[in-house]
Amino acid sequence: MTSAVGGGQRSLGWLVLPALLFFAAFGILPLLAVVALSFTSWDGLGEIMPAGLDSWTSVLADPGLPHALWVTFLIMALSWLVQTPVSILIGTFLARGHRYRAFLAVLYFLPLLLSSAAIAIAYKALLDPNFGLGAGLGVPWLVQNWLGEPVLALGTVVFVVSWQFIPFHSLVYQSAVRQIPVSLYEAARIDGAGRVRQFFAITLPQLKYTLITSSTLMVVGSLTFFDLIFVLTAGGPADATRALAVDMYLRGFRGNLMGPASVIATILVLVGLALALALRRLGGKDPTASQLEGA
Amino acid sequence: MALAAPLGMSALASCGTAGPGQARAGEASIWYLSTQPQEGIRQAGVEAFNAANPDGKLALTFFQNDAYKAKIKTAIGADQAPTMIWTWGGGGLREYVRNGQVDDLTDWFAENPAVKDKRFAPSFGAATIDGRIYAVPCENVSPIVFYYNKDLFAQVGAQPPTTWNELMALVPVFNNAGIAPMSLGGQSRWTSMMWLEYLLDRIGGSEVFETIAGGEKDGWSHPAVTEALTKIQDFIRAGGFVNGFQSVTADSNADQALLYTGKAAMMLHGSWTYGGMKEDGGDFVPGGHLGFTTFPEVEGGVGDPAFAVGNPASYLALNSSATEEEKTIAKNYFANGLLTDADADNWITKAGSVPIVNGADAKFAGAADEEFLQFVYDLSSNAPVFAQSWDQALPPATADVLLTNIEQLFGLTITPEQWVANMNATQTS
Repeated sequence: MTSAVGGGQRSLGWLVLPALLFFAAFGILPLLAVVALSFTSWDGLGEIMPAGLDSWTSVLADPGLPHALWVTFLIMALSWLVQTPVSILIGTFLARGHRYRAFLAVLYFLPLLLSSAAIAIAYKALLDPNFGLGAGLGVPWLVQNWLGEPVLALGTVVFVVSWQFIPFHSLVYQSAVRQIPVSLYEAARIDGAGRVRQFFAITLPQLKYTLITSSTLMVVGSLTFFDLIFVLTAGGPADATRALAVDMYLRGFRGNLMGPASVIATILVLVGLALALALRRLGGKDPTASQLEGA
Repeated sequence: MALAAPLGMSALASCGTAGPGQARAGEASIWYLSTQPQEGIRQAGVEAFNAANPDGKLALTFFQNDAYKAKIKTAIGADQAPTMIWTWGGGGLREYVRNGQVDDLTDWFAENPAVKDKRFAPSFGAATIDGRIYAVPCENVSPIVFYYNKDLFAQVGAQPPTTWNELMALVPVFNNAGIAPMSLGGQSRWTSMMWLEYLLDRIGGSEVFETIAGGEKDGWSHPAVTEALTKIQDFIRAGGFVNGFQSVTADSNADQALLYTGKAAMMLHGSWTYGGMKEDGGDFVPGGHLGFTTFPEVEGGVGDPAFAVGNPASYLALNSSATEEEKTIAKNYFANGLLTDADADNWITKAGSVPIVNGADAKFAGAADEEFLQFVYDLSSNAPVFAQSWDQALPPATADVLLTNIEQLFGLTITPEQWVANMNATQTS
């Protein structure tokens, strides 16, 4: 109380402590425990036995691992390709202040309020070939084996993921578009640029860092898609949608193989870290540099 | 985390301040699953037992199904488990036994023959590991039943099939009438597994799977397995199951709805779906439109047609790390608290199910679903073998591979030969 004012950096250091403690207890420690568990064999019930590299060799030799990686990256890439353009367009559209757009915004953001499990259960019911949307509305092309054909099931997962997260990323882009100085557009108009030209010459370049932030969230977030896929398809049909996170759960908690599941968890952490770092690199050396200079 | 606040609802005031696993002095603890109507029946049973045994009471805690599955594992690992461990028997029980966490009850049953004789003999199969009994069968039996829609059979002028060839012959008959022959919630996978369980038994007898579950190398290479797999793929290619069955889920009861709305003519499913169809199907069950019979015989098969598969019972195992005092109370509950007359009555009247008590059918007279109860009773008590679901009988890691392969088999993406090879690969570990 007495020396806090003017004490410089040293007296403020303790402010970090609570956050640091929580991060250590719930972030670092479990991570270390998982790495430790990956060198053991444990059925979740009995003794934890040290097993050396057994879990690692069994997982790395398992053809299921490359497949799960492939599925994970496929979902990541496809959902990025769907979400990014749609989010930018919706975000730009909603950034302009019209009353009807504000009303539409409320509707667009509704999926944000729903939990993944609820969304998955709802889509499962809607996609039922006999009692779902297609049968109910009498639209024949909607009556497909949505969750039973490997390709369709993967497409369904990408669609539902996009449906769930586009509102969030639209919100991010909307606020970014609002940050762009109006003077830029005024100057462009004087130079005779149309709406489309303005979008590609001003809006998109100005959104560069938002694009990187939003992409990082999408890419790293897609590594942890578990709840939605688990409830929607449980990794099926067969292993068509068995992404890494689902594979980890099924091995650990269905198969009672905590060692191999911990190996997958460690791989997930490494892949996530690598991707996040790579995306930061894409943003240039100094992500805090201003984009407005020379505009 | 070690404080372990109970996730479930604590049902009795006597639970007091002790953790969920530890009862107070002079009490034994028990955890049950919390869905109704079973919860009420379990609670009534424990309350009656406590009233009759003021010196050795039970502390009862209820858990939701999935919460229980997660909780019981952690609790056993941390020595916080209740005195009595509720289980589904089979592979899960085998894990407890292998880790020395439950007591061998074989000698206790030998000293108390009345407890054993009271129960359906087939119910002990899933409680027996390597010839020793490790759990007390209790509650009710749920065999897998072959259901059919009587109206649709009358419409096409057919009889329920008694053999596999008759079933195959019915496929085009129903398809031509614009009706799906068979309902199946294929997305849930264990629903497809029930077909293989019955088919393999009808073709090769119950020994084939028993050998496999025992871990024999290349056990899946038995010719009866290949024949069963080929037969089911023939059935799928002929259009036996409803279109898009891989997208139909059993947890939403969409498969039952296909049967009672007249979109599908037949369904193979657990006896528990009877209650669901009665609840949701309007006049379908009360009006007598639902037919039920046993799984068809397979021409040339050697299996006993009286064989049944499903959930033979629920089980209570005795925690080996409980104190002697707690174990005495638990054994008293096993002998005198479970499946009493009142308890058995409750399972019949409140849950509409068949308790695993010999002679329970004497109580069926006048019950709302007398005909169905009698059918389940006869099927379950007369079965020479009442097998558990394969995914329960096999080790958990193998069960996951099994379900994935079954899904591929039903999706026609692998051949029976590939299926056998994939499954044999799990036998070596």
